[in-house]
Amino acid sequence: MGNDAETGLSAAEIRDLGDIAGTMIPADPAFGVPGADDPAILADIARSVGRDLPLVRQAVAAIAAKSVGGFADLDRDGKEALINDYYAHGGAPAVALGRVILGAYYRDDRVLLALGLEARAPFPKGYVLEQGDWSLLDAVRKRAPFWRDDRTTTAGER
Amino acid sequence: MAGNERVDVLIIGSGASGAAVAWSLAETRMRILCLEQGDWVRSTDLPSNGRDWEARRYTDFDISPNRRGRDTDYPVNDDNSLMKIANFNGVGGGTVIYTAHWPRMHPSDFKVKSLDGVADDWPVDYWTLERFYDENDRMMGVSGLAGDPGVPPRNPPMPPIPLGKTGAHYAKAMNRLGWHWWPSDTTIATTAYDGRAACINLGHCTPGCAQGAKASTDITYWPLALRAGVELRTRCRVREITTNEHGMAAGAIYYDADGREHFQPAEVVIVACNGIGTPRLLLASASARFPNGLANSSGLLGKNLMLHPWPIVSGYVEEALDGGRAPITSMWSKQFYETDPARGFVRGYTLQFNRGTGPANEAITAAATGRLPWGRDHHRVYRELLGHRVGIGVACEDLPEEHNRVTLDPVLKDSHGIPAPRIDYAISENTRRMMEHGIARAEEILTEAGAKRLHASRTVLNSPGHLLGTARMGDDPERSVVNGWGRCHDVKNLFIVDGSIWVTSGGVNPTSTIQALALYIADQMKQRLATLFD
Ligand SMILES: Cc1cc2nc3c(=O)[nH]c(=O)nc-3n(C[C@H](O)[C@H](O)[C@H](O)COP(=O)(O)OP(=O)(O)OC[C@H]3O[C@@H](n4cnc5c(N)ncnc54)[C@H](O)[C@@H]3O)c2cc1C
Ligand code: SF4
Repeated sequence: MGNDAETGLSAAEIRDLGDIAGTMIPADPAFGVPGADDPAILADIARSVGRDLPLVRQAVAAIAAKSVGGFADLDRDGKEALINDYYAHGGAPAVALGRVILGAYYRDDRVLLALGLEARAPFPKGYVLEQGDWSLLDAVRKRAPFWRDDRTTTAGER
Repeated sequence: MAGNERVDVLIIGSGASGAAVAWSLAETRMRILCLEQGDWVRSTDLPSNGRDWEARRYTDFDISPNRRGRDTDYPVNDDNSLMKIANFNGVGGGTVIYTAHWPRMHPSDFKVKSLDGVADDWPVDYWTLERFYDENDRMMGVSGLAGDPGVPPRNPPMPPIPLGKTGAHYAKAMNRLGWHWWPSDTTIATTAYDGRAACINLGHCTPGCAQGAKASTDITYWPLALRAGVELRTRCRVREITTNEHGMAAGAIYYDADGREHFQPAEVVIVACNGIGTPRLLLASASARFPNGLANSSGLLGKNLMLHPWPIVSGYVEEALDGGRAPITSMWSKQFYETDPARGFVRGYTLQFNRGTGPANEAITAAATGRLPWGRDHHRVYRELLGHRVGIGVACEDLPEEHNRVTLDPVLKDSHGIPAPRIDYAISENTRRMMEHGIARAEEILTEAGAKRLHASRTVLNSPGHLLGTARMGDDPERSVVNGWGRCHDVKNLFIVDGSIWVTSGGVNPTSTIQALALYIADQMKQRLATLFD
């Protein structure tokens, strides 16, 4: 089977990736969020693999190799345990897999809105930062200067 | 090879120091040309314009040139270093993607030998540089608050970044501990400043500010230098600096955007390629006349590399903070900056208090440090993390050691076939002790602030992009590469103005000092024009 021209991944690899992504970040109705295997998010993940293609491929293959009888056939507990164990010890391929999935997941409109965030780029609207309580600085203002003045300090002095 | 018209001054590199020196020298009306291997970066191309703003930190705006891999980058072999190399190659250099934290060195940093008995004193002192620091603060546009008892007096032209929720949270903990803190100086405009718009809290300063509030030299020094007649040619990568029969620099050979080779003759050559790019270029300029590399009779070119080990301790508090919606920089502490022998190490560090990041980066860093699980519990835990992050960077001074160095890689080359730099760097015992001391203090602060799930990351993830010391200044030609005003001891019309001329590294982000030094050197050149090569 040929690879998708845009993503470089084969249909089988995208299917496996979806299974893994949905285990890593499952849909959760209680929080009102889709899983990372949601078709739109998965398509974004596949598109974002880019320069991480070799590492992501390695990760998917490593997870398959660790899954006795195939990852798809493990039960949910088995899948989650395997993923958490693999991620903790899998090195650069595991980190790349996590980064690609999280990067696409946490820019999905539905996910951001469910978190109470605005689904937009930072620019041009920006945000407001409150001044905060500047009177907290009064305690520090009272201190005498304590940087070493080389014009008056000699060796060994503070 | 195409021959170009001779210029009076050829500057190589358009970053922090190259821009400052170009602007300062422009008033001489000399013919000045700057060659820069990278492009102008348009504000509309910066990540914070688009929905993929966080992901681009890991692609075309990654801080590592190896991962970023633009055709304007050169590869760096940093396999033999726990600290990885971070930089940016384009107009503005590293300032395009820096975090804009803006401390100065302390007076004691220039006197480490006489005060603390280690390394060497600098041939210049703080007070000589003071007026250049001030001039540079005006040019870059600095926000901050006068009156800090932890640093020498200075008067930032704009008010500080608001404390916000995160800053106030830290401040309360620091006051309970009785430790010094102060709002950081930054080059982020908090008011409209010299044609720049004020910060609107995009929260994404490091990979470029689409608002133009963060001072990078492409929007500060360069427009003024160009207006004053300096020429800047982009996508021009210098391969070597050539010399003439008098042992003087004759000019530079470079490749233009189409890969064509040119020779650019010049009366004076100024190198501003940073602490990695400069020794690389000078080592690659070895010739029969200078077999060990240009300006390397001391054998110190490329040696004494200092990179500022930068542990980061982070955790999460219960209160909702303002991370990801404001500049990451918040405040500093100088409590542990000056040497105290009772601590078991010499020299010291700045604590840099950060705000949290955006939603994707929060997830990525929390997962990478084992604090965000995969599976059913992911969403619950994530909601306890996003917007609750506190983190403190420990900016450690590493002392110069000759085995920490830049050499030419025997195999790796850039796209023009120029040897890539190879980095050998190890963290000394003194620095290790300093790092652990700083980590322990940061943990104390975060615990006092009510943070849980603490994690200390010691190196690899935290390379701050501070590239220093590989062509050190000094009065003794056997112990230094350039003299006290940036002129190479061996080649009297060759100057170096970037971070490579540092003698020691201080425990602060370096760019305000790099630029103050560049302005000082330009001033010395202007004062000595008639006798520049004597
Ligand atoms: C992610 C990150 C965050 C940072 N945050 C801070 C901060 O908060 N505060 C701070 O003070 N500093 C910070 N820095 C460091 C700051 O960017 C550098 O200290 C500063 O830019 C160094 O100035 P420079 O003039 O020495 O070199 P640079 O600014 O690196 O400029 C060197 C230029 O030379 C060009 N060049 C190199 N070789 C050649 C060649 N052969 N031909 C043509 N051109 C060449 C390069 O393309 C580059 O543009 C940060 C850096 C990074 C990477
Ligand atoms: S927070 Fe301010 S300085 Fe940083 S990117 Fe946004 S507008 Fe620019």
